[in-house]
Amino acid sequence: MEERSIEMDVKDVKIKALPAEDFKDNETLQKYIDELKEQGVNIIVGKLDQLINWGRSNSLWPLAFATSCCGVEFMAAAAAHYDLARFGMEVTRNSPRQADVMIVAGTIVNKMSPLLRRVYDQMAEPKYVVAMGSCAISGGPFVHSYNVVKGVDKLVPVDVYIPGCPPRPESLFYGLLQLQRKVKVERFFGNKRIRRNYRPETLIDPKTGIQIDPQIDFVKK
Amino acid sequence: MTRFLYFNEMKDIKQIIQDIASDALIEEKQKLTVTVEPKQARPLIEGLRNNKELPFDYLISLIGMDWGEKLGVIYQLSSSIDLTHEVVIITATTDRENPLLYSVSDLYETAHLNEREVYALFGIRFINNPDMRRFLLDDDWKGFPFRKDYDENPDLNPVNVISKEIVDIAPQIIETADGNLVEREVPIFGENDYIINIGPQHPSTHGVMHFRTSLDGEIVKKIDVHSGYIHRGIEKLCESMTYPQILHFTDRLDYLSANINRHGLCMCIEKAGEIEVPQRAEYIRTIMDELQRVSSHLLAWACQCNDLGATTAFVYGMREREHVLDIFDKTCGGRLIINQNVVGGVMFDIYKDFQKDVKAFIPYMRQRLVEYDEFFSHNAIALGRMVNIGHLTKEQAISYGVTGPAGRASGWSCDVRKYKPYSLYDKVEFKEIIRTEGDSYARYLNRLDEIEQSLRIIEQLIDNIPEGDICGKVKAVLRLPEGQFFQSVETGKGEFGVFIESHGDKSPYRVKLRSPSLSAVSVMPLTARGALLSDLIGIAGSLDFVIPDIDR
Repeated sequence: MEERSIEMDVKDVKIKALPAEDFKDNETLQKYIDELKEQGVNIIVGKLDQLINWGRSNSLWPLAFATSCCGVEFMAAAAAHYDLARFGMEVTRNSPRQADVMIVAGTIVNKMSPLLRRVYDQMAEPKYVVAMGSCAISGGPFVHSYNVVKGVDKLVPVDVYIPGCPPRPESLFYGLLQLQRKVKVERFFGNKRIRRNYRPETLIDPKTGIQIDPQIDFVKK
Repeated sequence: MTRFLYFNEMKDIKQIIQDIASDALIEEKQKLTVTVEPKQARPLIEGLRNNKELPFDYLISLIGMDWGEKLGVIYQLSSSIDLTHEVVIITATTDRENPLLYSVSDLYETAHLNEREVYALFGIRFINNPDMRRFLLDDDWKGFPFRKDYDENPDLNPVNVISKEIVDIAPQIIETADGNLVEREVPIFGENDYIINIGPQHPSTHGVMHFRTSLDGEIVKKIDVHSGYIHRGIEKLCESMTYPQILHFTDRLDYLSANINRHGLCMCIEKAGEIEVPQRAEYIRTIMDELQRVSSHLLAWACQCNDLGATTAFVYGMREREHVLDIFDKTCGGRLIINQNVVGGVMFDIYKDFQKDVKAFIPYMRQRLVEYDEFFSHNAIALGRMVNIGHLTKEQAISYGVTGPAGRASGWSCDVRKYKPYSLYDKVEFKEIIRTEGDSYARYLNRLDEIEQSLRIIEQLIDNIPEGDICGKVKAVLRLPEGQFFQSVETGKGEFGVFIESHGDKSPYRVKLRSPSLSAVSVMPLTARGALLSDLIGIAGSLDFVIPDIDR
C-alpha cells in the first residue's frame, strides 16, 4: 500500500465545513486519538485511507431512528431551509443495511430497546451512532420514569452526543461535523477503530432468564 | 338555542340517572359527577348512551384511578350533538387482587384501547372486552405501574436487548347468559393469514407505531395496533412533581401542538386554583396557539404528501413552517417546543417586531395556500390516492372519538373552540370547517382550510394586543384545592383533554391526558380494511397521528 503517510493529530483532521480551531470541543477527539494509539492502532493514515475517509466523511448516510420530538427537528434539518445535503447526509436510509450512521432521535423505552439493538446489529461496519437530544443521552426529562432507558449508550456504543431538548438543527450539524472528524482519524482498511461490545446485563434470555454470551450464541445463529 | 335548553336538559339528565341508578350519588362539581356502584355503572352508561333527546355517545376519556383502598374508572361522557353537555361517571371496586369491571367497548369503540391501557397501567380487567391484552406495556411486565403501591425497582423489569416473540392471542373474560364468568383465549389472526409487520421503526408510520397487518395479496385484511414503543409514563411522573414542574411534559406529547397542549394544562391549573390571567397573556396565548396550529397542519400536510410520494411538497411545507418557527424563535428562543405558557400567563413577552413579522407572514401564507392548491390538491395521482379512500363515517368518528380535522371531515361538528370556548375564542370570528365525505381527501382539504381560518383569527387579534402584565400573580408554592378538574383544548389533531385530581397537595394525585391521536390510530384497522397496502400509508398520513401523544 501507500508508503508515504502522516501522523494524525486533532489539528490535522480537516473537514471542509469548519476549521479545527472553531470547534468548541477538540479534547474529546484528541482523547479518542490517544485511545486509539494506546490500543496499538497506529494513527498513521495512508493516502488511500485519506481518500476513502474523505469520501466516507462526506457521504455519511443516516438512518433516522426517530421516536419523538427530535425526529421532527431532524426532518427540519433535512429540509430545504437547513439542508443537510450540504454535508452529503441527505440520503436518509430507512434500511439499516445501507446506512452508515444511526441517529437516535428521541426517548428509548424498555419495549424499544431490543428493536434498537437489532437495527444497530443489522448495520454494516463501519457504523456510527449519534445520540440526539437529552432523552437519547440520559433519559432527559423522563429519567425517573419506570420505562425509560437511561441513555441509549446502555444499549449501543455512542460516538457523538448532541445535547438539547430538542437540539436545534445547528446543534445537529455541529454534532455531525464532529462525527466527520472522527471518521477521518480512523483507518478504513482493517476497520481499525475501537469496538464496543454488548453490555452483559442487557443480554438475558427473556424465556429462561439466563445470560447470553454474544460471541457464541449470536455467531451460531 | 342550546344555551336556553341547557337547564331543562340538565334536570332531565339527573332524572334519567336516578331512574337507572336510584342510589347514585349526584354532585354538581365542575362537571355533573355521578358516583355509582360497579354493577350499576354499565346500565347507567348504556342508558345515557341510548338517551333519545341527547344521546351521550361520545366518550371523551376513560380514566383509570387508584384511590388507595379502591381501584376505579372515571368515564367522561359527552354528546356528539352538543359538546357542552358532559357527565362524569365514577365507579370503583375494592378488590385489588382481581379487579373486574364491565366493559363499555360495545357502546363506545374508543373504550377498546382505553380499557386495555387501564389494564396495563392499573391491572383492572374489563368483562366482555374482546381483547384484554395489555396496551402500551409488554404482556410480561411485572406489576401495574400506575398503582400507588407499584414497586419501581428496575431489577423487576430490566432493560433487555433480546427480542421477545409476539403472541397473537387475545385473552377475554366473558359473562355467559347465566351470569358466570368464563376466561378464554382467542387468536387474533387466522391460521393461514399472511402477516407483515409495519413498524415500529418505519418512516411512514410517523413515529414508532407498530401495525401487525394481515394481507390478502395486496389488500389489507386486518390490522392489529401495537403501541408503547415510546411509553414514558408521563402521567405517573407528574404525580411526584409540583404543578409548575409538570408543564413541560405536555409539550413532549404531541410536540407539533406543544404550545396548545401546554395551554390546556395551564388553564386546568388556573381554573382549579382560581388564578387570573391578564388579558395581554390571553392574546399572546391565542395568537401563539393559532401559529402553532398553522405549523402543525403544515407539517401534517407536508408529511401526508410525502407519504404519497411527493417529496417536493414535503420541502415546501417545511419551508413555510420555518417562518412560523422563526417567529417562535424570536419570541422564546425555542423552535419546536417553546415553553411559552406558564401558570398564570406567559413566560416571555412578544418582541418589538412581533406584529410586523406576523402580519408579513399572513399574506405570504395565503399565497402559499393558493400555490399548494394549484400544484398538488388537484393532481391526478394525489386524487387517485385520496378520494374515496380511508372512509370514516360520522357514526364511526363519534364512536371512536376521532376529533379534530379528521372528525370534522366526517361531518361531525366537534371543534372545542366553538363549543367550549377558552381564551379569546368566543371573541373572534372563524368558521368551523366541516366536510361530509369522510375520506382521506376531505381530511387533507380540511387541514388546508383550517390554516386559512387560523390566519383569520390571528388577523383579528394581532392589532389589538392590550398593554399590561404578561403573567398573573401565582403563589411560590402552588397548591390546588381538593377536587377533580377537567379542561379541553383544540390542538392540531383534535380534542386534547387534561384531567387533574388534586388532594390539596403541591403535586397532583392523578393526571390524565386525553390524546386525540389515540383515537385517530384506533380507526386505522377500520379505515384501512380492504384498502391496498400502499394506501394504508396514505390513510395514516391523512389521519395525522403523533405517536408520543398516544403512548404518553
